[in-house]
Amino acid sequence: MPAPDIRCGRLGEGDYARNFADAHPPLTPVQALIEAERCYYCHDAPCVTACPTGIDIPSFVRRIGEDNLRGAARAILDANIFGGMCARVCPTEVLCEQACVRNTNEDKPVEIGLLQRRATDAYFAAPGAPLFRRGDATGKRIAVVGAGPAGLSCAHRAAMLGHEVTVFEARPKPGGLNEYGLATYKTVDGFAQKEIDWLLSIGGIEMRYGQAIGEQTTLGALSDRHDAVFLGLGLGGVNALGLASERAAGVDDAVAFIAGLRQASDVAAVPVGRRVVVIGGGMTAVDAAVQSRLLGAEEVTIVYRRDEARMPASGDEVEWAQKNGVTIRTWSVLESLENEGRAIAGATFAQVAEVAGKLEATGRRWRIAADTVLKAIGQTLVLADPLLATLVLRAGRIAVDAEGRTSLPGVWAGGDCTFGGQDLTVEAVEHGKIAAHSIDRAFGMVRTGPAFSRVRRAA
Amino acid sequence: MADLRTTFAGIASPNPFWLASAPPTDKETNVVRAFEAGWGGVVWKTLGEAGPPIVNVNGPRYAALYAQDRRLIGFNNIELITDRPLETNLAEIARVKRAWPDRAVVVSIMVPCEEQAWRAILPMVEDTGCDGVELNFGCPHGMSERGMGSAVGQVPEYIEMVTRWCKQITRLPVIVKLTPNVADIKPPALAAHRGGADAVSLINTVNSVMGVDLDALLIDPHTGATGSHGGYCGPAVKPIALHMVAEIARTQAMAGLPISGIGGISTWKDAAEFVALGAGNVQICTAAMTYGFKIIDELCSGLSEYMDAKGFERIEAFRGRAVRSIVDWNALDLNRIEKALIDQSLCIGCGRCHVVCEDTSHQAITATKDGQRHFEVIDAECVGCNLCVSVCPVPECITMHALQPGQIDTRTGRIVDGGYANWTTHPNNPARVTA
Repeated sequence: MPAPDIRCGRLGEGDYARNFADAHPPLTPVQALIEAERCYYCHDAPCVTACPTGIDIPSFVRRIGEDNLRGAARAILDANIFGGMCARVCPTEVLCEQACVRNTNEDKPVEIGLLQRRATDAYFAAPGAPLFRRGDATGKRIAVVGAGPAGLSCAHRAAMLGHEVTVFEARPKPGGLNEYGLATYKTVDGFAQKEIDWLLSIGGIEMRYGQAIGEQTTLGALSDRHDAVFLGLGLGGVNALGLASERAAGVDDAVAFIAGLRQASDVAAVPVGRRVVVIGGGMTAVDAAVQSRLLGAEEVTIVYRRDEARMPASGDEVEWAQKNGVTIRTWSVLESLENEGRAIAGATFAQVAEVAGKLEATGRRWRIAADTVLKAIGQTLVLADPLLATLVLRAGRIAVDAEGRTSLPGVWAGGDCTFGGQDLTVEAVEHGKIAAHSIDRAFGMVRTGPAFSRVRRAA
Repeated sequence: MADLRTTFAGIASPNPFWLASAPPTDKETNVVRAFEAGWGGVVWKTLGEAGPPIVNVNGPRYAALYAQDRRLIGFNNIELITDRPLETNLAEIARVKRAWPDRAVVVSIMVPCEEQAWRAILPMVEDTGCDGVELNFGCPHGMSERGMGSAVGQVPEYIEMVTRWCKQITRLPVIVKLTPNVADIKPPALAAHRGGADAVSLINTVNSVMGVDLDALLIDPHTGATGSHGGYCGPAVKPIALHMVAEIARTQAMAGLPISGIGGISTWKDAAEFVALGAGNVQICTAAMTYGFKIIDELCSGLSEYMDAKGFERIEAFRGRAVRSIVDWNALDLNRIEKALIDQSLCIGCGRCHVVCEDTSHQAITATKDGQRHFEVIDAECVGCNLCVSVCPVPECITMHALQPGQIDTRTGRIVDGGYANWTTHPNNPARVTA
């Protein structure tokens, strides 16, 4: 058996730049114009209904077609302050683009995601005068826990409403999964941080890093010192395989692998195995697998316990993995890992079949040699604080109502830490926005203009 | 195979497609390329008097109006008549006609409204061996400021006078090209007819300003800091041209006057429509200037296949066949009741029919049914206006259907009796005529 082969620098120098360049390059201005003109400007457009943040898609698309890129960006960012990142990471094929009426006759929706990218890229290239202004000070103070999409969306909207916001973030940088959880080729050129710098430029949002709840601060302390608390905790833990051998060298969390790669100043310095097995079927599995290939791994295999159609990653993501040379094996559950010394050498999977909705072993097994096994079998909520631990949960996540209110008075929550979503960035943004308005109403603020009436989607 | 040959005002050509007097017919090189491509004839770009030729601007002469995907649907020009010496043009015309005897070569002319000017130029043109002349009474820009072009075409007396001179001076067929920049096309056409014109051709271009440069706040396009109105043509003017052609075709006093149809013809269908409204042939410019001369293949192919399918052996077999369907509004049947019908199997659910009906018309299309997105015509509100059909992006998805005699119009509660009645006898008409 060959010795474990985990190392960096598997590729030539130019290969790294090429492999980690923008995975889906933006439309050229001409392409965007032609694509924008395909939009029918539907009444009560199905794409808008399909967008978790309710972006007025026909409006922004028509504005692109009318050379009003700033107006297009405004329409997007009004509804979704992370419209730039969402243009890059939204699984549009199961959201807005799936609802496009063009699918009926042509099977080819308007490329809404790419058009959103066109509008937001053009805007962020030269933002000019601010699109959003901090509201007149209300004197109310909100603590936001977690500087991910949910927390920052809540913070921004709260600032627009005139509240004073302090964001408590455990990590040294803001962004949450936008910064640590996305494949490098999805957000190149430091876009995630640029977007957040812009978001924070509204003012009225104080950022405090290295502030983990349960360590540097507590929910109780935050509640005491603020008029409201919003929890955008994300999912801090990862599911384990439940095997003793998973501590062997070469077994790692896909989440950590992705974060390490994103934070690396030089991707060429990130080590990768020659033969990588990724266990799981979600976006994290795909991101880890594809990036392993792009780092030069020779064989990368995603192993999922059910069929391809039921992988939580979207069809486009799965296809993207296959296009990048990732092998996908289904109907298999990890049975054991083989060690060679302290390092991993291979894995054995039990083949399963679905019997009356449950997976049952067929008795057949298969073995694969591997020097790296990446676990991508889901993340878990961590409630590292006595008061946090009293929150009512649902299916392992924080239970909230349609406005994002938790079981604790004065405490709201949103994003992946709450029950009822599909762990999408765009949902987290919406949760934060809805909670900010709910908090505003709870403060008894009287607002003129059209009432904000959006609520979280029922699970 | 349909026979596309036509004889228009005594001028034979292998197909009914002539290139209109315009930049594509300004010189031998272009015209030879057109004939090689298969065009049936050309009207040579307008000649002026002998002597120093006119001068064109050397900045933008053209501008376009675009539809989706930069499809050119409207076109504007400020080119004047030929800016090449008369002798050069005459020599080239003679050479081309000798080399292409089977093609129609008609020469467009524009000289001042003085008999002597026409006496001077017509014999020279005739000497080229060309098949006819077209009097340019249509050009609405530049030359009209000098008392020519549409400045003549807007005064029926001038049209009649000049046409009469020409008919006296030359033995060639005389075609009078009319301007659409008039309130009513009939008086100028009648004037040409009275003057003895062998045919009329229309429309020339429509007065137009294409746009404004919103950065500089200047007319767009502009030459330096100024621009001038131009002549508008292309697909967007076709309905205007069809109307004017039909008006002439259905005027008894001009019965039999050959019409050369011009205005936005881009496809065989456009051409066939002009023919159906009475045109004996058609002239094309913008489509050639947009796509090149090769479109003659598609024009001939489409027209020929259509005629075969309909059993028309010659153009004459369907020429003017749609003229009688155009009547004055007061002859329309007010008893006919139509309702829109949405084919649910074709509907893609864009909802445009609903919102335009709701916002701008008769609130006659649903948005939901049983809580689901569903677009359906409410017969009790539908007046049969055809707006939904017009805006629907799916061909044939929404169609109009007439109620049959005996059926109730749920909008009015009246039973359709099937009898014809128009405004002239309608009880609401204070000036109604009683039987």
